[in-house]
Amino acid sequence: MRAKAELWQAGNGGQDMAGESHPVLEARGIVKIFGQHRALDGVDFAVRPGEVHALLGENGAGKSTLIKILTGAYQPDGGEIVLDGAPVRFTDPLNAQGSGIGTVYQEVNLLPNRSVAENLFLGRQPTRFGLVQRHAIVTQATALMATYGLDIDVRAELGSYSVAVQQIVAIARAVELSGKVLVLDEPTASLDRNEVEKLFEVIAKLKARGLGIIFITHFLDQVFAVADRVTILRNGQLIGTRDLSTLTATEVVRMMLGKDLAYGHSSLPVAEAAKGPVKVTFTGLGRADRVAPFTLSLHEGEVVGVAGLLGSGRTEMARLMFGVDTADEGDITVAGKPVKIRNPAQAVMAGFGFCPEDRKLDGIFGELSVRENIIIALQAKLGWFRALQRDEQDEIAGRYADDLDIRAANHDMPVKLLSGGNQQKVILARWLANDPTFLILDEPTRGIDVGAHAEIVRTINRLREEGLALLVISSELDEVVAYSNRVVVMRDRQMVAELHGADITPAVIVAAIADNTLTPEPVT
Amino acid sequence: MKRQALTSALLRPQFAALAAVLFINWLLFPGFFTITWQDGRLFGSLIDVLNRGAPVAILAIGVTAVIATKGVDLSVGAVMAISGAVAAVMVSTGTPASIAIPVALLAGLVCGFWNGVLVTYLDIQPIIATLVLMVAGRGLAQLITEGSIVTFSDPLLSYIGTGALLGLPMPVVIALVLMIVTTLAVRRTALGLLIEAVGVNRSAARFAGISSRLLLLMVYSFAGFCAAIAGLIVAGDIRGADANNAGLWLELDAILAVVLGGTSLLGGRFSIPMSVVGALIIQAMNTGILISGFSPQFNLVVKSAVIILILVLQSPQAGQWISRRFTPLTPPPKRSAE
Repeated sequence: MRAKAELWQAGNGGQDMAGESHPVLEARGIVKIFGQHRALDGVDFAVRPGEVHALLGENGAGKSTLIKILTGAYQPDGGEIVLDGAPVRFTDPLNAQGSGIGTVYQEVNLLPNRSVAENLFLGRQPTRFGLVQRHAIVTQATALMATYGLDIDVRAELGSYSVAVQQIVAIARAVELSGKVLVLDEPTASLDRNEVEKLFEVIAKLKARGLGIIFITHFLDQVFAVADRVTILRNGQLIGTRDLSTLTATEVVRMMLGKDLAYGHSSLPVAEAAKGPVKVTFTGLGRADRVAPFTLSLHEGEVVGVAGLLGSGRTEMARLMFGVDTADEGDITVAGKPVKIRNPAQAVMAGFGFCPEDRKLDGIFGELSVRENIIIALQAKLGWFRALQRDEQDEIAGRYADDLDIRAANHDMPVKLLSGGNQQKVILARWLANDPTFLILDEPTRGIDVGAHAEIVRTINRLREEGLALLVISSELDEVVAYSNRVVVMRDRQMVAELHGADITPAVIVAAIADNTLTPEPVT
Repeated sequence: MKRQALTSALLRPQFAALAAVLFINWLLFPGFFTITWQDGRLFGSLIDVLNRGAPVAILAIGVTAVIATKGVDLSVGAVMAISGAVAAVMVSTGTPASIAIPVALLAGLVCGFWNGVLVTYLDIQPIIATLVLMVAGRGLAQLITEGSIVTFSDPLLSYIGTGALLGLPMPVVIALVLMIVTTLAVRRTALGLLIEAVGVNRSAARFAGISSRLLLLMVYSFAGFCAAIAGLIVAGDIRGADANNAGLWLELDAILAVVLGGTSLLGGRFSIPMSVVGALIIQAMNTGILISGFSPQFNLVVKSAVIILILVLQSPQAGQWISRRFTPLTPPPKRSAE
């Protein structure tokens, strides 16, 4: 894999005809270390004038760290940044902005209660005798907006316009202030299709003006629609920088997830026939701003894997199922009986469990003991007055801690002192203690050590044999293939495919994620 | 095992601090520990500390649970004024105290419920949400008393502030009973654990299926209820309701008592009896400075110095330092075998 990555890197020089145009901004061998973790490990990155350069990678790949270094928010621990051929050091984002690098974030950070014109000229208002020339601002702002193809009243409050317009105002401001490089950090995440089109027109104009544009997104189709080149990171490593005209979507996904098409079956596919009767059914469950309606049934003793890129709607789907977000539409039945799930408490009552993606934020009670962390969901289910006595707590905690091999000096120590893998097992134990019928695991093996990793995969298989219905979301395709009876694929907040039996291979999953027609099997 | 738990509880820095303050009081005033029996009740400086400390202790009992949820309640002083005003106005216009007292307690409960609604349903930060009632509540109390100090001579209401039961002043009895009942209520049920869970990580609590809204509503309501009890005691003590001064700044003493008792303002672990000990430390200092003959101006400065000292002693760093120096090299028992 490493050898291949280097090959990709080496390949970028020869294939671009404009290859000799010098990069406007370049990062060479950037290293960034947080504690013991190498967030970036010798990453090279270069954006040329007049190109749109997409930056891709899954969670934790190092995209945002790289951007923060390029825009002066972080200082690199190694490597150098080169602007217009000369090494530079950005002390802070303002400094980088002054040097020509403007950034626009997904959340527009301008002043919504001031006018568009004021937002455009804030901090550099044209003045005469020390007084702001309001009229001049309005004229100039109107002219500026016209160059972006926007005919709007610049005297109106920024907040009265759509997010798309606000985003374009933010871009205009960044370009006016900086003018060499524009970083767009997930600019389309909260836009609808027409708005995205509009934004792309603006990007095309800026590209024609010779700006270097760095474009970060989770939407592959947008990358192909607007970008010229792409740089892909994975786990802090540079996987490659390539010309998009030479790439297919499948290749991009493969580079992001680290899967080779020649990989084939990694293990025996799990027999689908082994499963029992239907346990839970979600019919047309959806929520307008999160995930399109989907239908999915899970059987007793079945593991359904969920694959998809970050932002594809995989976590959103799980949150809807568990009532963390309330669904707009759709029905849920458990063992044939309809249930209402409008909050997690109701989901717990219905026999659901959910190990969330962000352990620290949504899972762990750091100050509470291992024992309390294990019994807490059961206690919440039992209610206020049926308190578990100390000996019952000890018995339950002891049983599940042994069962999952949780390594803790004792069960009264705060759970925050345990390793990530053991914390994950504690959350798993919490749900198992609740005797669930349906368990959702969102990235259960992320950020944990190899031993605990194998343990959790083994546990998933064991729980299936014990008759649980499991939904497992994971970016690790090897894993998904190893334990899934079925795999559903998410893309663009929709469930786009359901894979069975022999189709459950990394190659087919990658193709489905990338919208390739290797084995199309659309659902509903 | 039980005895070991008791000794380790008594070795907490709060008890050491309380003992130290009492000891200094004794140095300053040799008659400090003298307790006499007169007219069917106990008298003495120590009893005084308990009696005068009761209102803050009662406030602290309510505020403890609020702080454990990572919240805070600044309005309890104002709620004291409201409950005192309601009771005083009602009895002075001829309503029997047996009706006035429950109504005043209900008023406190409603005030707390209001705070809870602001915090849980409108998602206002607790410090701001309760600041509203801290300011408005005192105004409300003044409206109820129509701006004057309402006095009364109702025997039952003044008994709450000045009476005695089994030789102990009534406020002490009330605080003691409230402490025991509340502690049992949170520790014999799952409430204590659930409150701590919400305080440690509200998002994780939601994912674990805990209905934190209901819990928060209850906790804030209870703080209002406790404040109403303290308000009745203060009103009964002076046989009148002073909307301007009843409970003034006591919310700060109550928060301090909770923090001295070892509950973190970041939420999580809490202990109601320890908060009461915290309230007693504060009152012991107040009483000590008064009886020592120092001018009362010293009171606030000395108090703050002592508080800083106690908080430093309670910090984990100090704890580690002390345990490194003073513990024999035997590992702690692995798990309690009760």
